[in-house]
Amino acid sequence: MSARLARQKGEWVNRASTIKFSFEGKEFSGFEGDSITSALWASGEQVLGRSFKYHRPRGILSLANHDINVMVTDGMDTNIRGDVVPVAAGMALAAVNTDGGVKKDRSRLIDSISPLLPVGFYYKAFHTPKKMFPFWENIIRKAAGLGVVNFNYPRILKRKLHAHCDVLVIGGGATGLSAAYEAGKSGLRVVLVDENAQLGGSLGFDWGGSQESANLLQELLAKLESLPNVSLIAGAYAAGYYPDHLIPVVTREGITKVRAGSVIMASGAFEQPPVFRNNDIPGVMLGSAAQRLLHRYSVKPFSNGVVFTANDYGYRVAQDLLEAGIKLAAVVDLRSDAKDGPLAAQLARRGVKTIAGSCIYEVQANADKTGVKSVTVTEYDEKTNEALTRDKVTLECDGVAMCAGWAPAANLLYQAGTAMRYDYGVHQFVPNRLPAGIFAAGRVNGVYELAQKVQDGARAAAQALLHIGLDVPELPSVQPSTRAQSHAYPIVPHPKGKNFVDFDEDIQVKDFINAAKEGFDNIELMKRFTTVGMGPSQGKHSNMNAIRILARVRGVPVEQIGTTTSRPFFHPTPIGHLGGRGFHPHRLTPLHDVNHKLGAVFTDVGAWKRAAYYKVAGLGVADTVLAEVEAVRTKAGIIDSSSFGKIEVHGPDAALFLERFFTGNYIPQAVGSSRYTMLLDESGVVVDDGLAHCLAEDLFYLSSGTSNAAAVYREMQRWQQIWQLDIGLVNVTGAYAAINVAGPLARQVLSGLVNISLDDSALPAQSIRETEIAGVPVRLIRVAFVSDSTYELHIPTPQAAFVWERVMGAGQALGLKPFGTDAQRLLRLEMGHAMPGIDTDGLTNPYEISAEHAISLDKPDFIGKRSLQIIAKRPVKKTLVAFELDAGYAGEMPFECNLVIRQGEIEGRVTSIAYSRTIGRVIGFAYVAPEHSALGSRFQIRADSGALVNATVVSSQFLAMQK
Amino acid sequence: MPLRLLKYALSKDYPGTRFFKAHETPKKSYDVVIIGGGGHGLAAAYYLAKEHGITNVAVLEKGYIGGGNTGRNTTIVRSNYLTPEGVKFYDASVKIYEGLSEELDLNLFYSTRGHFTLAHTESAMRTMRWRAEVNKHVGVESYVVGPEEISKACPQLDMSCSGQAPILGALYHAPGSVARHDGVAWGYARGADRLGVEIFQNTEVLGIDVQGGKVAGVKTSKGYIATTKVLSAVAGFTPRICEMVGLDTPIVIHPLQACVTEPMKPWLDTILVSGSLHVYVSQSSRGELVMGSSLDPYEVHSTRSTLDFVEGLTSHMLDMFPFLSNIKVVRQWAGMADMTPDFAPIMGKTPIEGFYLDAGWGTWGFKATPISGKTMAETIARDHAPDLIHSFRLSRFEDYELTGEKGAASVGH
Repeated sequence: MSARLARQKGEWVNRASTIKFSFEGKEFSGFEGDSITSALWASGEQVLGRSFKYHRPRGILSLANHDINVMVTDGMDTNIRGDVVPVAAGMALAAVNTDGGVKKDRSRLIDSISPLLPVGFYYKAFHTPKKMFPFWENIIRKAAGLGVVNFNYPRILKRKLHAHCDVLVIGGGATGLSAAYEAGKSGLRVVLVDENAQLGGSLGFDWGGSQESANLLQELLAKLESLPNVSLIAGAYAAGYYPDHLIPVVTREGITKVRAGSVIMASGAFEQPPVFRNNDIPGVMLGSAAQRLLHRYSVKPFSNGVVFTANDYGYRVAQDLLEAGIKLAAVVDLRSDAKDGPLAAQLARRGVKTIAGSCIYEVQANADKTGVKSVTVTEYDEKTNEALTRDKVTLECDGVAMCAGWAPAANLLYQAGTAMRYDYGVHQFVPNRLPAGIFAAGRVNGVYELAQKVQDGARAAAQALLHIGLDVPELPSVQPSTRAQSHAYPIVPHPKGKNFVDFDEDIQVKDFINAAKEGFDNIELMKRFTTVGMGPSQGKHSNMNAIRILARVRGVPVEQIGTTTSRPFFHPTPIGHLGGRGFHPHRLTPLHDVNHKLGAVFTDVGAWKRAAYYKVAGLGVADTVLAEVEAVRTKAGIIDSSSFGKIEVHGPDAALFLERFFTGNYIPQAVGSSRYTMLLDESGVVVDDGLAHCLAEDLFYLSSGTSNAAAVYREMQRWQQIWQLDIGLVNVTGAYAAINVAGPLARQVLSGLVNISLDDSALPAQSIRETEIAGVPVRLIRVAFVSDSTYELHIPTPQAAFVWERVMGAGQALGLKPFGTDAQRLLRLEMGHAMPGIDTDGLTNPYEISAEHAISLDKPDFIGKRSLQIIAKRPVKKTLVAFELDAGYAGEMPFECNLVIRQGEIEGRVTSIAYSRTIGRVIGFAYVAPEHSALGSRFQIRADSGALVNATVVSSQFLAMQK
Repeated sequence: MPLRLLKYALSKDYPGTRFFKAHETPKKSYDVVIIGGGGHGLAAAYYLAKEHGITNVAVLEKGYIGGGNTGRNTTIVRSNYLTPEGVKFYDASVKIYEGLSEELDLNLFYSTRGHFTLAHTESAMRTMRWRAEVNKHVGVESYVVGPEEISKACPQLDMSCSGQAPILGALYHAPGSVARHDGVAWGYARGADRLGVEIFQNTEVLGIDVQGGKVAGVKTSKGYIATTKVLSAVAGFTPRICEMVGLDTPIVIHPLQACVTEPMKPWLDTILVSGSLHVYVSQSSRGELVMGSSLDPYEVHSTRSTLDFVEGLTSHMLDMFPFLSNIKVVRQWAGMADMTPDFAPIMGKTPIEGFYLDAGWGTWGFKATPISGKTMAETIARDHAPDLIHSFRLSRFEDYELTGEKGAASVGH
């Protein structure tokens, strides 16, 4: 049975293009431009989904994505909103959350046991006896959720764009189009977005039996076409409001983050369902949904209907239904004064009777509960809000259009911090105090009549232009409609319930009353207890009625109830859109390609990719690393250290800055020398260490490890803000590459490349020289981190690869081998260097790592000094010691962070541990109690399995010990 | 169906009664005034009444009960901390939670699902082992597991995280659970109310009357209340309350944000945390994915949402679960985390006699609700903090005896 009407002007469907698809295994066809729902409804399908909790059959409610009655899967994707997603050829659709199909959903039995499921029932049962809870939980979890996730769904990388405009208009109805035109006349950049597939808002469907709306739409669009500075974007919703007018606009293609000079909210209103028994039976729909069906898709909502209204809008809907050839059994109007009005008279002339002061008391479903059979109408006492059931009238019909009123689509206004007030004329919340730069117009502002909406849009546009500094005349404000557009209490009680307020969550009137009885009589508590508004439509069709019911229960005015907090997103927004392309920034050293060619296997160190080791054919990782270590110990090794932090401190106060920033002494420090630096935080905790190289009296070059470099530079900037010394800080980490050449033959490798002497006397440990290699300026530093004989070359980044090749060439005959960070860690351990971050934690003070030598408490001040003075007077609680395992130990290898256990209690932990082939032992660092830190003390490490492994405290001079 | 639901089906009048009375005007004085009607304040009230017989107690709540961080957190309960003191404390909380639904006769949906803290780097693996070893030592079931075990528990997880951050292993914590956060507040409120505690919503504290270093009363939007004992349990508002008594704390406020998807059929059975990707996620009993991330990196006293939070979080979610591209985020929100320098709470007495502090709950407060209530009740009743919370005393900051829990924060904060 087709419900498709004859072709009409303005319809969205393209009849030239038929689309074939299936739903629940049955073949259907629709037209291009149909939504899934409209195509099915046109084909006579009315049960399009099942409700979340009771599995009641559901059809159309809003046809506007203000509810989730029609949520389908196409086998690939899930939770597809049938009301607004276009039907596409070949779609094989099925309703989500059914057990055995939408028609024969076996879970429908839940509806008949609903009295056993009172509001918040899951709080009230299943927890006792405790051991039964997992059983019940399993059942409840299985019943939960909507669609089934497809684990094979591909990752979709959606693009993100940024856009800027002077005026952003949200909503493309009469108000928004008018606002865009008025703002656009200024020549400024104006963007209008509307979530619907086509612009026009209610102009496109709310005809009220005349051509006025359609004509106005054509007129506005034609005017706007002449303004190239105005972009009109349909199929795009404003997903949320973020500070400083940042508004993400979502389309199928991705998100555009719009930063606007001012924002006009012309977002309209959500039609609200009146609440009566069985108001969810398929065929019972909002008046605006009926109009959308009629005029967008040319589909009959039903053939013989009843309009249940509480405002004048219902009569417009009735006119449109009649124009489409639909029979109306009656118009039922909650308002007692509607009987003798001109609207009723107009309908009477067309043979439709108006039953005023009455309500639909209940809807009777047909035999298989798939549609409407009839409605029962009774008188309604507007004072007590009771249905007077003594005289019931039954009207045969197959559908109901509901028009009880509206709730402003004020989500983004709330998010922006708008204070709203309840207007008793129009009976809705309207903006009272708007944040700077945000303007509201049209229905969201309580303005309903067409001409006034156009005016209000223009008024808002003028204000928006004024806000961004244009000299335009202010337009008179437009007052909210004086005739009530919404009914103050369109709620019909029924002893048997099933009068739904929230269709997402199956919440009935009694659930609110009962929640209040249980003390949840604050709107936020009520929301949490009943879950009203917590479903995917986030209260678009339910929050207002919830507020009205709670106000009635508590006997207070609506505005005293307030609203729940509005949060992004306006419509649920896909993770793929929000995540976008998902950038993972990382840094490559200037020698990355060189390393790569040498077979480097990279590891992440902070943001950097560093070479962990260099692959050798036929050699395992552990042996490869040991071979790299051996090269450094016996010949020479070369490592890319470019990721080291490098900071220059310039200026007359450079030494003073270091003096305050680090724990040691730098006044004076000889030019050409290097000194150890240790950084503490204000509580005396070790943060980082490194070296300060004095290049001139007013120029220090600081080098430190990779991980903390960025944080240390930030900290320097912070302190400089406070100290205001005469210095400049330059982070040159990326400007210089660094190469270490280490090992007994290192000097020999380099001596032919530089024209300065590398002798111990000319270049002692801890000194720096500026020299050249093949014409490239190089800072040459003598360090001792991985071996006594180590030279660190700092080279301008562009020449890094050139110098590396030169050094490699010079070392080829001497057995120079590249080594990576794995070998480096072992080499530094053999050298007995503890590393902040590895051998310290977030609370370690210098005394615990025996770093007194690095601290000058006699300086006037340095970061952490005050704390250290206090800490110094307290007993040390733990001490970092070097240790070795017994010679020949072959048992379970402890890991870093295994605990040191003494007499069953935690004494400390291992911070570094490795087998050193050079030394022939497993060596490491560990924290032990100070009283057990003397050389030769024994302690036990508890390995993963629980086995205790003996260790001995030794000198950290592991290499010397070996000799 | 459980028989206890039958009464709802059979009674003519709805058998439910108020969880807590609707008190309007406070009395002139109370033995104890608790500022903050969140989980912590209500739990303290409950245990004061139940275990110490102190029932002349007022709980003052500026908004509605459970409306602060109790109702905003991602409901994860765990005890896999780093310091022995922390592990013992949170373990005691887990133990109470396990029997709390029965005790409060309210189903909190306390659901033990197992908790994986994923490690994507060697240094994360070190911290996981440290926590596992300390946990095991204290008798808490945590251990380091390899990729196979993670895959088995969550076969949908992309172990390479889209090639960006391959998972090396995880800290598995068997007792890791989720619970209905609102229910915890409501259950304690009902329990306290039944024992005589008076709960005042929409009641703001305007000042605290301190005379001669001792608490004398509380000025509220509903008048002056005389009392000698005040507990502050107000999370993000702690600095404001402490200012009223002239007390300095090292607390700073950072927003912590979260978001939730549409419901889908349950598939994620465990609780997953990734420090490197700054994600924690579980699936609620309604079928929604509940997701959180790191603290906002700046101090600000605000609960507004930001777009970059949800952009970053969802991008990382896709690294872990690429198939979620078209699953939709319904809502995002934020709470205010009261952060301490060592990521451990501040509990116990203060230099002001009669002013007790339950604060510094940062991002870890929900899981401690029962035990903090219990121990703070004892502290107030005996004017002496029990040993279990000695490590969390305010004076530790002056004593340089911090309780370093930064390494156990769920994601890098």
